[in-house]
Amino acid sequence: MVAPAFDYAAAGSYDEAVRLLAAAGEDAKILAGGQSLLPMLNLRLARPALLIDINPADQRQPSLATDAAAGRAAAGHGAGTLLRLPALTRHRVLLEHDLVRRWCPLLAEAVRHVGNVRVRNRGTIGGSLAHADPASEIGCCALAAGARIVARGPDGDRTVPVSELFAGYWSTTLAASEVITDVLIPTARPRQGWSFHEMVRRTSDFAIVAVAALVELDERAERIAAARVALAGVADRVTLAGPELLAGLAGGAAEDIDAAAAAVADSLRPASDVHASGSYRRRLARVLTARALRQARARATGGDS
Amino acid sequence: MTGRRIALSVNGSGHDVWVLPSDTLLDVLHDGLGLADVRYGCGEGVCGTCTVLLDGEPVSGCLTLAVQAAGREVTTLRGLAGPGGALHPLQECFLRRGAAQCGFCTPGMVLTALDLVRRRLARGLGRPSREEIRYALIGNLCRCTGYTKIIDAVAEYADLAAAGTSPPAAAP
Repeated sequence: MVAPAFDYAAAGSYDEAVRLLAAAGEDAKILAGGQSLLPMLNLRLARPALLIDINPADQRQPSLATDAAAGRAAAGHGAGTLLRLPALTRHRVLLEHDLVRRWCPLLAEAVRHVGNVRVRNRGTIGGSLAHADPASEIGCCALAAGARIVARGPDGDRTVPVSELFAGYWSTTLAASEVITDVLIPTARPRQGWSFHEMVRRTSDFAIVAVAALVELDERAERIAAARVALAGVADRVTLAGPELLAGLAGGAAEDIDAAAAAVADSLRPASDVHASGSYRRRLARVLTARALRQARARATGGDS
Repeated sequence: MTGRRIALSVNGSGHDVWVLPSDTLLDVLHDGLGLADVRYGCGEGVCGTCTVLLDGEPVSGCLTLAVQAAGREVTTLRGLAGPGGALHPLQECFLRRGAAQCGFCTPGMVLTALDLVRRRLARGLGRPSREEIRYALIGNLCRCTGYTKIIDAVAEYADLAAAGTSPPAAAP
């Protein structure tokens, strides 16, 4: 397997990448970590005329930002602090960086399940989101955490909630000349618990189904005030469970969690493929959602089960 | 698709090579420079036989463009050799434990395991457990050994390195 011939341009800045994209049109692809794009080229599943390498464009590290500085209030999460992840943040950094482990432990844990050491050394969070794989652990966590991306285009920057980013199998709502520069994630809060579970045949494989959950308790740390559940591997894109499906969780009793997990699973229509049938995926969605909600609730109360 | 001349630093030696933009680092190392210790396996970054260290970090040669390695330090297995071609202590552990059969996966196994031990010791985390060794090597497939002796070899080296009897060789 040999990649088809393509041309290559190194972009020294995101602005230069946008200019190159605008000039090349649909025939160009952005090269970030390349851990999904280069296999597609080697297998000749993609044939871009030009690769625009953004690796020279950004040397920033993860940092904290206030929501105001980031430009908008985080819908549904109130005002607060954001974890700012430059688009070229490698998976290895997500796994090991103190700010990520402290302020988005959900993501730091889920990245353990992504690829292998070499994939994590090169792969980037911006590239992963732009690739829009429906089984993506990172997309699943970004959705559950209420993340937004910053996209730079010919007319400047705009902010897009990850819930509006994915458009179907490996496709996004980004314009052809836009490039992701940052991922902004509302930071973990007091009385909030998280959990990530997935089913794979072998460690490092794509998830058959993955579930990311965040649960936040009320001020008395008794009732569940808010819950978000995102799933991967169940549709043509990573999917946020409808808030109405989780409305019955407030008491947090075991049977409430089981009922919510069943409602979430029933709302899905996963396709069958060579890896698993649709009905098995739906069953996994129910079991893993219940498991994730229980663990997230326990962590929110300070337990660690 | 014009070719271009790039400067590659491989195992401490400089090379001027003529590459196409679509040439992978694996193509250039194996076919161009004749380094048979970097091997084509799957072309998808899954099997680990083309593993090299790029500025000290394991990457897949098949998923890195040669042009991206310009100006950076590339280390292949033979770059670990000591004076006079002496084997690296981790290679000695592989030999002693019978951790290679056909040997096709061995360069990638050794480079990946070395990165694991170095990083853990550098971060003050101590020697890796067998489970951590398994996890680190999940992206290096071996179709002969059944992995047990490879894990034995890495565990032995990790003990030696942690005890300081065989310091993990300085980053090349």
